[in-house]
Amino acid sequence: MITKRIIPCLDVKDGRVVKGVNFEGLHDVSSPVSLAKYYSDNGADELVFYDITASSDGRRLFTDILCETAKSVFIPLTVGGGINSVADFDRVLKCGADKVSVNSGAIRNPALIAEAAKLYGDQCVVLSVDIKRVDGVFRVFAKGGRENTGMEAIEWIKRCVDNGAGEVVVNSIDTDGVKQGFDLPMLKAVCDAVSVPVIASGGAGKIEDFITLFHTLPKVDAGLAASIFHFGEVSIRDLKQHMADSAIPTRL
Amino acid sequence: MVAIVDYGVGNLFSLTSSFAAIGAEVTVTADPLVLQEADRIVLPGVGAFGDAANKLRACGLDTVLKELAANGKPLLGICLGMQLLFEKSYEYGEHKGLGLIKGCVRPIADVLPSADYKIPHIGWNPLIFKQNNALLSNIQNGDCVYFVHSYYAVDCDESVIATAEYGAELTAAVASGNVYGCQFHPEKSGTVGLNILRAFVELKENTAC
Repeated sequence: MITKRIIPCLDVKDGRVVKGVNFEGLHDVSSPVSLAKYYSDNGADELVFYDITASSDGRRLFTDILCETAKSVFIPLTVGGGINSVADFDRVLKCGADKVSVNSGAIRNPALIAEAAKLYGDQCVVLSVDIKRVDGVFRVFAKGGRENTGMEAIEWIKRCVDNGAGEVVVNSIDTDGVKQGFDLPMLKAVCDAVSVPVIASGGAGKIEDFITLFHTLPKVDAGLAASIFHFGEVSIRDLKQHMADSAIPTRL
Repeated sequence: MVAIVDYGVGNLFSLTSSFAAIGAEVTVTADPLVLQEADRIVLPGVGAFGDAANKLRACGLDTVLKELAANGKPLLGICLGMQLLFEKSYEYGEHKGLGLIKGCVRPIADVLPSADYKIPHIGWNPLIFKQNNALLSNIQNGDCVYFVHSYYAVDCDESVIATAEYGAELTAAVASGNVYGCQFHPEKSGTVGLNILRAFVELKENTAC
């Protein structure tokens, strides 16, 4: 029985993790390498590194850090942020990434997903979508959630999956940061529309939010979160024990 | 020394790093002489079976690997590298493999009971032990490993040492004499995966048979 995945997301800027607190046994919370190792040792099933650097120097620093992480962390690594071309895929895959997540890059160039899937396989291409309700319709937002593209989200996701996206990260702008739970209606709409793994993101505030997610929507494969893990509000170990106790297939 | 076969298929960064992390001396090579000198050989692979099999043949490494395996050198195929150990695959047509293990490779979709099971089979799944084997000596029945695949090995009952449940029992690990295979990615399976690689590194070299 395949287990439900818990995925911490690390925002990296100029080689450092953007937010976080100190955990016991972790000396440098803003070192992506130490934080990644800490999460891996404490039960994370996968890691997302999100590059929010704008400069080319910062980008080089990011790939250096990715390489260093992949030398000591042996769980799947997904990389996102600033992925606009097949050359960007190549750059991060060579440094030990297993999957590459595309968001605005696919909106600007919808051929990118098909091109990358052909070269690296569907399993390597993750579509990440920022979705917000506008007048009751799910709309795709670009540029970190700042710009309404006008595209209907479910149609966009279906199109990208047809083109070869092997997984979909659904980030609800409506629930992001609110910490009142995942956006279950939005996630259900996506799960009903596609047959590839769906990763829920945006809204988790406590352990029970993950339990509700997997109980209500058994088709959701994974839950992703950032600040609740980085600030120690939820420990991945406790979360996974609760999941196992609640009869959710979990890797302990 | 562990030699990872480099035949232009996939990314070997994590695999190389994982052997380095367990303290094994590791090299990535396509040189038959280096493969001959190595204590053990790893055949990696991602992508399509036909393409990979052609690449192996194009550089003559199919013959080299068969000879080395016949001489008793421990060989571990990983993911597509494991599938290549079998006689043939039905991934987009029919393709010949190395034939080092009896059996063939078919789409998972053929055996899935319902559309609730997604393809590829991707994620962490517990191993179900089927036979005692040195490769599994450092891990426990029920330990989770990381899978990413759409095809799986069938008609290979004698060599199956572990399976994983995904609507059907999928072949997860195989062993036949000195030839071993993991459908999952030990280099992405955390401590459990490293323990499997460690077991492979600690195997005694068989004498020629």
